Amino acid sequence: MKKIAIIGAGPAGIEAASVLAKYGAQVVLFEKSETPLKNLQDKAFLFPNFQSAQEIADDLNSKLLTDGITTAFGVDINDVKWHRTEWKLTDSKGQTYVSDAVLLTTGYQVFDARRKEELGYGIYKGVITSLDMERMIKHEKILNANGDVPKRVTFLQCVGSRDEKSGNNYCSKLCCVTAVKQAIEVKKQLPKCEVSVFYMDLRMWGQGFEEMYRTAQEKYDVSFVRGRISEAAATFDSRIQLKSEDTLMGVPLKMTTDLLVLMVGMEASPGTNTLGKSCDISGEYGFIRTISPHLYDNETGKPGLFAAGSCKRPMTVWDTINDARSAAFAIIDYLNTLP
Amino acid sequence: MSNRYWNEYQKVIADDHYFYERSCIRQTFFPGSETAFLRIMKEELGKDVFDDFRQHTCTGIGYHSDIVPLETTMTVVARLFSLMTEHGYENYVPSCVTSFGVFTEMVHLWEENPELLEKTRENLYKACKREFDIPKNLVHPSDLIYKFRFELAEKMKYRLVNRFTGKPLNVVEHIGCHYAKIFPEKGVGKAEFPYVLAGMIEAWGGKVVDYPERRHCCGFGFRQYLIQENRGYSISNTKKKLKSMEPYEPDFIVTNCPGCTIFMDRWQYTIAEMEHKTYDREGYGIPVLTYEEMTGMLLGYDPWELGLQIHQVQSERLLDKIGIPYDPKQKYKAASGKILRAPKKPDNLLV
Repeated sequence: MKKIAIIGAGPAGIEAASVLAKYGAQVVLFEKSETPLKNLQDKAFLFPNFQSAQEIADDLNSKLLTDGITTAFGVDINDVKWHRTEWKLTDSKGQTYVSDAVLLTTGYQVFDARRKEELGYGIYKGVITSLDMERMIKHEKILNANGDVPKRVTFLQCVGSRDEKSGNNYCSKLCCVTAVKQAIEVKKQLPKCEVSVFYMDLRMWGQGFEEMYRTAQEKYDVSFVRGRISEAAATFDSRIQLKSEDTLMGVPLKMTTDLLVLMVGMEASPGTNTLGKSCDISGEYGFIRTISPHLYDNETGKPGLFAAGSCKRPMTVWDTINDARSAAFAIIDYLNTLP
Repeated sequence: MSNRYWNEYQKVIADDHYFYERSCIRQTFFPGSETAFLRIMKEELGKDVFDDFRQHTCTGIGYHSDIVPLETTMTVVARLFSLMTEHGYENYVPSCVTSFGVFTEMVHLWEENPELLEKTRENLYKACKREFDIPKNLVHPSDLIYKFRFELAEKMKYRLVNRFTGKPLNVVEHIGCHYAKIFPEKGVGKAEFPYVLAGMIEAWGGKVVDYPERRHCCGFGFRQYLIQENRGYSISNTKKKLKSMEPYEPDFIVTNCPGCTIFMDRWQYTIAEMEHKTYDREGYGIPVLTYEEMTGMLLGYDPWELGLQIHQVQSERLLDKIGIPYDPKQKYKAASGKILRAPKKPDNLLV
């Protein structure tokens, strides 16, 4: 029986493992954390249907029970090399593992908002990231720096995405709709709260996204302001003073908010960066490079080495799941060519 | 509010052996500051700092006002560097923050465009038969005081603590734009949360005030002030800052730029005259000091020798809070020993 190593137990890794196992492969699923689905666990609801992230996580976790899957959590694979007839994986403790094929599902990390120092993340308590807001929504505890219910919440798009200063010229793809989703969630939990979203342009590309955007304005009275925030600073009463420009109105804008939510983009995770370099398949911005985004988007050009999910580029959960299934079938095709 | 990220970015600051360049305007506005810096470096820290009497302008104000062309500025900067080279120094420390910005910019332009460097060498040689090396280490004097802040703290007689309450003094710090906004990596702590003055304040017992308009312009801005018609912009910027810091009740303001010190100080008088408004409780205004004055004051230098009386907002109340003695009779004593007549008091700003 052929052995397959999957590195990263996020949605992509688990989904691919379950498909491969169903088709009779022997899969070892490596994960450097002690538990799977680390990024998904931080989410409350997923757009555009507001499905509980926990439900999706439960479904994915149940797939880990499929016969043929062995989990190796708490194992940090940091080197992958082709060795004569098989792939050799080495973990941070120097232990080695072998397999006939390897699937990288090492995923993403969110942009470290401290790098946009003018926005004061890590300095002012009232400045939080979309990840922090997601946790607040999940636990139904949306509170300002003083521990009070906020009267005004402001979102800022494109923090660490489409931003030459931070070195990330690409669009992270999910932040626009995530801000709309979170703005609606804030209004659902705090109907009296004033909610604004500052944007460059809103990229409502997916099914149901445009409708969510309209609903946010029509039903939940969320304001959308076209402009970047240039500076955030704390006020005497621990609120956040913002400076911006409303580029549609053509006027400078100064306002105070209780919470400034930075919509942080997606970057290649440290594991993606390390293994991309180790396998010589590191592409732009540290994401994994595949042969072609059209026909061979799971193949890396190295026989038996595949990639799926957000280790390649920013991706939604559903795109990730579909991509993982696609990778599983590409691997099965590859294994069938082996003697 | 946490300062924990402010000091993450540091820069290379050489230990010793500096060529010092004085400022065009600082010697007039703050006549004791440069002398205090040299005294601190030489007497307190035992450092070698050379002060050449043949130095001249860096063209900074003219350059930023588009009066002096780039090639001229480069050649003038090259001549100053040639004085450093002639005396065998490799580290350069210009007193004025705009000079620091000009030198940093010229060196950067030369690094990026070697043909400009060659042209400058040619121009300098044609003009005065001189040659120069680019400094190995180019820093602002505030960088040096920051670097040695803990050594200086051990020598200080006073701390930034209110002796009546035992609480740290609330200190507003303001960095000159040309210190870190042109080249953020050349400033300690970079541009948004610079640490060069904050580091001094914290090391010497004070509390840094972080107020909403902390990063806003001081009100100088060459074009805002040099053209008379634009001076309304200047004073409105200063007013915005003063209004924003008022609730925090700062005990004084410290800056590392001549423009910032002058404008945040003098406009307090103008605002008081125009609107009968001061930004402290008692009507005396908020003292604005240079970092050399702050350092010298804590080291126990005579406040009048430091030139604190030259500022618009007077500093006796601050000296009283810290517990620094001073002789009111000596306040207007000239270098000749003659006691000068006290200046006329403003109508609205108390002194």
